[in-house]
Formats: sequence, C-alpha cells, structure tokens
Amino acid sequence: MSPQTSTIPACYLWLIPLLPFVGFLINGILGRKMPRAFVTAIALIFTAIPAAIVAWLWSVMTAGNAPEAIHAVSKPWIAISGFQVNFAFTVDHLTLIMLGVVTGVGFLIHLYSAGYMAHEDGYWRFFAYLNLFMFFMSVLVLASSFLLLFVGWEGVGLASYLLIGFYFKKDSASDAGKKAFIVNRIGDFGFLLAMFLIVAHFGNLNFTDVFSSISQHPEWHGGFLTAIALLLVVGATGKSAQIPLYIWLPDAMEGPTPVSALIHAATMVTAGIYMVARCHTLFDRSTTALAVVAIIGAATAILAASIGMVQHDIKRVLAYSTVSQLGYMFLACGVGAYAAGIFHLLTHAFFKALLFLAAGSVIHALSGEQDMRNMGGLRKRIPVTFWTMTSGVFAIAGIWPFAGFFSKDEILYQTFISANPIAKLLWLVGLVTAGMTSFYMFRLWFKTFFGEQRFEEHPEQAHGHAAHAGEDEHDEGQTAHPHGVHESPWIMLFPLVVLGILSLIGGWEHTAFGNFLDPVFGTANAATEAATAASHGLELTLAAVSLIVVAIGFLFAWFFYYKKPGTAAALALKTKPLYSLLDHKYWVDEIYGALIVTPLLMFSRLILAGLVDTGLVNGSGALAGATTRGLSTITRRVQSGNIRSYAGWLALGAAAVLVVMIFGRGLWPH
Amino acid sequence: MAAQVPTAYYLVLAAILFSIGVGSFLIKRNIITIFMSIELMLNAVNLTFVAFAHQWHQISGQIFVFFVMVVAAAEAAVGLAIIIAIFRTRQTLNVDQVDLMKL
Repeated sequence: MSPQTSTIPACYLWLIPLLPFVGFLINGILGRKMPRAFVTAIALIFTAIPAAIVAWLWSVMTAGNAPEAIHAVSKPWIAISGFQVNFAFTVDHLTLIMLGVVTGVGFLIHLYSAGYMAHEDGYWRFFAYLNLFMFFMSVLVLASSFLLLFVGWEGVGLASYLLIGFYFKKDSASDAGKKAFIVNRIGDFGFLLAMFLIVAHFGNLNFTDVFSSISQHPEWHGGFLTAIALLLVVGATGKSAQIPLYIWLPDAMEGPTPVSALIHAATMVTAGIYMVARCHTLFDRSTTALAVVAIIGAATAILAASIGMVQHDIKRVLAYSTVSQLGYMFLACGVGAYAAGIFHLLTHAFFKALLFLAAGSVIHALSGEQDMRNMGGLRKRIPVTFWTMTSGVFAIAGIWPFAGFFSKDEILYQTFISANPIAKLLWLVGLVTAGMTSFYMFRLWFKTFFGEQRFEEHPEQAHGHAAHAGEDEHDEGQTAHPHGVHESPWIMLFPLVVLGILSLIGGWEHTAFGNFLDPVFGTANAATEAATAASHGLELTLAAVSLIVVAIGFLFAWFFYYKKPGTAAALALKTKPLYSLLDHKYWVDEIYGALIVTPLLMFSRLILAGLVDTGLVNGSGALAGATTRGLSTITRRVQSGNIRSYAGWLALGAAAVLVVMIFGRGLWPH
Repeated sequence: MAAQVPTAYYLVLAAILFSIGVGSFLIKRNIITIFMSIELMLNAVNLTFVAFAHQWHQISGQIFVFFVMVVAAAEAAVGLAIIIAIFRTRQTLNVDQVDLMKL
C-alpha cells in the first residue's frame, strides 16, 4: 500500500451512497420508457460499483498500518452558533462490516430480483426503489453523526414503505406499507427525543464528540445517559422489529420476496442493532438500559419463535424467524457482547437472505403459492433451491459447522457468563428459542421439500403473481419436468449458491471476527475476552447443550412433519387454547387495535373530525363566506349591467356634487 | 359700440343644451342617439368656454375648445367603430340589450 491510500478513500466514500442514488434518479425518471434490459443494467451497475469500492476499502482497512477509521467531511450542513452538523462519513471496522453486508448482499439480491421480477409490471419502479434503499442504507451506516444516521434511518423507512406497498393495487399490501411506516414513526419519535437530549447535554451530535466526552467523564453513570439510551432503544425497537413494535414486520411480507430478503431480513431491520452497537459507549454506562435491551431481546426472540412454529405461510414463518433472530442480536447487545451481536447480524444476513430468496424461488416454482400446506415433495423438482435452502436451514438452526452455530452459540455463551443478575434465565430463554428455531425451520424444510406433493399442477397455471406468466423463456432447457413446477433461471440461482456457501463458511472465522471489531468495541470486549480464555470448557459444554436442544427441535419436526404427518394437526386440536393463542399471534394486533388504534380513531372521528374540523375550521370559513355573501346581496344590485342605469347614477352623483358645491359651502371649515 | 349679448345668455343656452344632452342620454335607448347627446353635452361645455373667453379676453378658453373638439373627433371615430361592431354581433342598437356584464 502506498502512503496515499489513507487519503484516497475519503473521496470514494461519497461514491458508495451517491451511485445508487444516481441509479434511482435514472430509473425513476426515465425507467418507464426504457427497455427492461436498460433498467436492469442501470440498477446492477450502480450497485456493483459501490460493492467493488467496499471490497477495495476492505483491503485498505485491513492492511498492515491502516488507520482505525477513515473520515470524509464535506461542507457544514447545519451551523447555528456553537452547534454544527457536517455532512460527514466515517468508516471504521463496524461500518465496514455493515457496508459489506449492505452492498454485497444488496448486489446479490439485485441480481436475483432481475430474474424474479422479470415479468412484473412496474419493473423500473421496483429497481428505482431498490436503488433508493441502497442509497439511504449506505448513508445510515456511513454517517458520522446521529443526525445523518437519522436521515438514512428515515430514508430506509421510506424505501421500505414504498416496496412493501409495491403491489399497491392490493389493499393488504398498501395497508401493510402504512402499518410499517406508522409503527416505525413511533420508534422515530423516541430517536428524535434521544437526539434532543444529546444536544441538550453535549451540544453536539457527532459520534466522536459525544462518545469521547462520555469517556472523559468516567463518573457519569445512569441518569440522563439512561434516558438517552432508553429513547434510542425505543427507536431501535421500531426499526428492528422488537417488542412492542415488532408487529409491522410480519405484515411487511406483502412486498415482493427480494424486498423481504434485502430490507426485512438482511439490512434495514438490523439498523437498530447497528445503532445500539454504535452507541455502545453510551449503553455501557447504563446498566438499566442494557438490562432493558437484553430483556426485550430475549422476550422477542421466544415470542416470535413460538408464533413462527404454527404459521402456514412460508414467508411469515421466515418473518417471525427474523424477528426472533433480531431478538438474539438485541440480547447480545444487552449483555454487552456487541461483537457477538454484530457477528450474528452478519451471519443472519447471509442465511436469512438466502432463506428468503430460496423461499422466493419455491414460490416462483409454484407460480405464487405461499402456503406450505400446498407444497411438499419439492426436493427432486427444484434441486438447486433445495440444496441451497438446506444450507440456510442448517445455518439458522445452529448446526455445526454452519454459520449460525458459531454466532448463536457466541451469543448464548456471552449471555450465560454476563454480569446481568438474570443472566441464567436469559440464557435459558435463548436456549429454548434455539430449540424452537430448529423446530420451525425443519418444519418448513419438511413441509416444503419432503413428503407427498400437496399442490396441483396445471399445464396452464392460474398465476398468483399475475406477472409470472410467460415463464417458459426462462426454463433453460429443463424440458424433462412438467410445465408447472420448474427450477428458477440461473440469475436467481447464482445468488442462492453464493449465499448458500457463505451460510456454510460464514462462521468459521469467528475468533478473527471478534478481533477485527476490537478497535470499535475496545474496552467493552476486553473484559469478556478475559472470561472467554478462562472458561473454554464451559463454552464447549454450552455448545453441546445447545446442539442437543437443536437436535430435539429437529426430532420433533421430523416426527410431526415427516414420519407421521397429521399428528401435528391432532396435537393442535388437543391443545386448542394454546394452539389458537399462537395461531392468532397472541392477539397482539387485536390488543393494540382495541387499546390504541380504536380510541385514537374514535377521538379523531368524533373530536377532531366532527368538532374541530367540521365545526371550527369549516364553520369559520362558512361564516366568513356567508357574511360577505349577505352584504353583497345589497351592493350587487348596483351592478345591473344596464348602461342607462350607470349613466343615471353618474348624473345623480354629478348633481349631488353640484348641490354640495353650491349649497354646502358653509358646512365645512376652510 | 353695438349692444353686446350678455354672457349670461350664453351660459343659460349652454345649460339648456347640456340638460337636453343629459336628459336624452338617460332616456334614449338607441346608442347612436346617446352618442349624439354626448356630443351635445361636449358642445354645451365648449359654448361656456368660448363665452367666458370672450368675456375675460383670454385666449386659453378658446384653445381649450380646440382640445375638446379633437378629443370629441377621436371619440367619435372609436365610438362609431364600437357601435358598428356591436350592431354586427347583436343586430341591435338598443342599449338595454347590451348588458352582458351584469352580475
């Protein structure tokens, strides 16, 4: 590396978000009139270049004497006496990992989408939104201040809203988009309040300034730091779909499957975890906030996993699984094991994106069928999808040596040894969740790929996704199988294979990964690492325990859905109250509806719409109008349009002036 | 020196002419007649100008009359053109029927 390398990247940092934005502008403005090949080329090129830049950054940052962080500052954005926010980007090792996930997985999903969306209407719109998302997500992870992070934070929310509601003609899709947006807004409110508190206490929003002033005051504990941290957690629960704001994520599955993979599994929903990890200096000073994070994480993990066990829609199972895995990451952050949380974020990005894309491939093969009750026996029919998805299932279930094993195990271990007073309970919850995860993932696996075929094959299919017609062009010469079920084109399989391999090997370098993040988490990790060295035996024992639990989950799934299919339904009948509690997702949507939405709606309808809007606003307008109208009924008579009447008034006026002039001279003083 | 006609006579005549003009302007419906009554009023005013100019031996009153005549000629040209245009579009010169601008 030449000496200049540390300065050159600064200018290239700007290209990472800006190129997708240019792609968004081109496709958004011109895409409608352009051929699909052009749209695809624009979208892919403008995401491939940032991925290449990130790969190059990676090589620069990991070189021998590389700086810990690269800064790129442009003009000041907001500058009010003493308070200044710049357009400034920073790349450190944490950002580098996030950038790798965003641009790398993002590019693969763009590639996949080119095949998956090939026959959809609004192709250009889809890729414009996708590029817009890439822009905001890069801004989010590159930002070096809370405010710029918030810009990306809001922007990804917008892109998410647009993409969930992509099939906006479907009511359920546009409703899901609105739900996601509004629920996220609640979280953003917390984030905004946290920023106000930071400004009030630090007079600054830059990460480095805020965190260094915390470091300089070792006596600061709890107090306002707890307040800030808890408000940030509110923001994170919205974006990362944690209790109590997780309800939007399962509904977000209304969007196209690549969107679920990119935004609602791999990248956007991890923004909350990223943010908590980024603010670890702040969280470390507040045991209360950390405990809240850990409890929220553990509770979300087990709650979502339990719901996921009874879902029938393949994408909904994965959605609840995502919520549950995000809970794991929260748990890791909550016990101070940020590196473990980020590690799980990384491996989760691989295997969950893979699972969603593979599910998309299954849906594609069955022409829009998403209900697992109508699948089965697909193992031989779509072999590439089967094998890649198997890699994902094994990874998320946490089976050695797949990626998920290492990251999940690290979290469970760190939870077990943490100083948290209820650490053992949290660990137990995590362990049970691991068993549930294994159960619902293998349930999905068996129901989709094994057993008898439960779908009907039509030579001329009724297309669920209207636009999946004309698939024949993509059959790639696989004429041996009947027309109905068929493997996806190579452009979709390639990302699957890449992610499948990553899901297998992604966890192997787990020790190196922890060291890689040391410059960022520094002190936070030092303590836990000492403990790690001391109790290697304990780690192995815990790993063995979790493997046994995973195996039990697998056996249950194997028994219910492979060995004796049908026993599950009988069991569900026997345990009716419990089953229906899970099936209705603990009635959380209904409870929120009754407690919050309905009162709010009634208040809006009766008080705001009825009284204020109709009464006050409309009333005052109507009153002003009626007054003017009433007065004008008198004066308008003068404007008759009749020339002679005008002339008469003129003569009368002249006569009046004359009379006043002649006889009225004494009436006013001179 | 011949007996002079007193100025008051001229003024009374002018007042009579002006009143006839105002009255016919208000009463008549035909646009051309109205136009003529305007001319009548203008000339009544001209008469007073000339009368006073004569009485006070001042030229300015007479010069003012020329201005009024010029303006009246211009007004006649424009006014007659408008009248012709109205007649072409409406086939009538009755002012009571030209009332599109009313509310």
